[in-house]
Amino acid sequence: MSDFNQKQILETIRMIKIHHLDIRTTTLSLSLRDCMSQDTKKTAVKIYDKIIKYAKNFVSLANEIENEYSIPIINKRIALTPISLVGESCDNCDYVYIAKMIDKAANEVGVDFVGGFSAIVDKGFTNGDLRFFEQIPEALAYTKKLCSSVNLGTSKAGVNMDGVLKTADVIKKTAILTKDLDSIGAAKFVCFCNAVTDNPFMAGAFCGVNEAECALNIGVSGPGVVSSAIYDLSPEADFGEVSNLIKKMAFKITVAGELIGRKLAKKMNIPFGVIDLSLAPTPLRGDSVAEIFKAMGLEQAGAHGTTMALAMLNDAVKKGGIMASSYVGGLSGAFIPVSEDAGMIEAAEIGSLTIDKLEAMTSVCSVGLDMIAIPGDTPNSTIAGMIADEMAIGMINKKTTAVRIIPVIGKNVGDKAEFGGLLGYAPIMKVNPYSSLDFVKRGGRVPAPIHSMNN
Amino acid sequence: MEENNSNQIIITVTGKDKVGIVSAVSKCLAKNQVNIEDIKQTIMQDNFVMIMLCNIEKMIVSFKEFKEDLLNLGEELGMEIWVQKKDIFDKMHTI
Repeated sequence: MSDFNQKQILETIRMIKIHHLDIRTTTLSLSLRDCMSQDTKKTAVKIYDKIIKYAKNFVSLANEIENEYSIPIINKRIALTPISLVGESCDNCDYVYIAKMIDKAANEVGVDFVGGFSAIVDKGFTNGDLRFFEQIPEALAYTKKLCSSVNLGTSKAGVNMDGVLKTADVIKKTAILTKDLDSIGAAKFVCFCNAVTDNPFMAGAFCGVNEAECALNIGVSGPGVVSSAIYDLSPEADFGEVSNLIKKMAFKITVAGELIGRKLAKKMNIPFGVIDLSLAPTPLRGDSVAEIFKAMGLEQAGAHGTTMALAMLNDAVKKGGIMASSYVGGLSGAFIPVSEDAGMIEAAEIGSLTIDKLEAMTSVCSVGLDMIAIPGDTPNSTIAGMIADEMAIGMINKKTTAVRIIPVIGKNVGDKAEFGGLLGYAPIMKVNPYSSLDFVKRGGRVPAPIHSMNN
Repeated sequence: MEENNSNQIIITVTGKDKVGIVSAVSKCLAKNQVNIEDIKQTIMQDNFVMIMLCNIEKMIVSFKEFKEDLLNLGEELGMEIWVQKKDIFDKMHTI
């Protein structure tokens, strides 16, 4: 007795081969709460040993699964307990030393990135957090695979504006330390409002303190699958039909991701965590969120109507994903990074997409201002202003927002920054020239917003 | 049931039609003790398309070796061959 459907098999192969359906990341979430000690070196060794212990077969097992299903698994990553917490009890903690040891472990086990060089400071800083912030730029400059993130605000606590200002300094210092590589260090750093604890995507993946000892989280992608399906629809199909189609594609992609995730988790003998269905683009032609806007009928990303297109896309993706799996988590929705998306790059280059439009779009996308290159001489206070705006959108709308912005030292509007690989390249975008300094330097904390009287 | 299912694979062969494709692929399967449970074969827009449902329960080599063997055969024949565990299709296209 057999049952197989030729059309479905060929459709699946086409999704993988032509439309770049892939497992963007398998991320091993690993708690380091048992690695604390009073001595930096001792803590670093504990962290190193734990990564090796849990991840030594990670990459080979992921490759095995990839081979069995012929679905590419693009990245293998690890997300750790925020290092600010793990290192805090060390006397005069040398976080840079810990960062280097994590990078060494990452190379040893062969993963692409390690996230969790992170701090949660939405309500304020501990002494350890302050020390940690000072060391982020060096840690990013002296490592290759390490990613760092900080949470600066939540809808429950408000926004730590001292943190916003310090974060702008971190971004600038990191950019300066990595100026020979188009300030790539800043591309490995992101700040959040309402950060999620099980996100498998970088640079913001970390293992939250509420998470289990370890788990395998999966990030699936496939904007090309969605855009090609919409192109196949009649141009007269109404929004109800478009939304329904996106839900169906999201369902298929999510199911594939969960299957692969569960198989890999079983092989690794660890629990399966969540599936994060995020339409994450890559610089490859066709693997683009901007292309979905075009398929919906907009001439370019950034044209009036783009925010609505993104809102509908994001919502339909979530609905389809939630139908497919009971453990949808992470960020789940549509990412709108500039440098990682060929269509977004094109729209930015011709002036259709501006930072202001991107900011509006972040009120309905799954994350925020992402992979945007700005002039290297942008004042820190302006960067802080941009972060503050983004935190405001997240705080008020009870959603995750983020800023991953790269002030490319030595470059200006009209130049390009090359980051390479999945990070792509980006035109330097114009920022508002007027000062935010007197505003952002007030410091303190923006109070938590009211959660009733919504209008 | 699940065990049985996890031994089922789908082999998809596509490309320009010519004499001997089915025979060459079947020979490779027999050599590795892979059993054919069902075959569907058509010509779509001048293209040969064959989908085979196979069982690898008694396969005498590893999945990786078997797949490499088939992919090499695909290259020799000038055909595109995909080898995938079957459960991915069952899951993706049914609620």
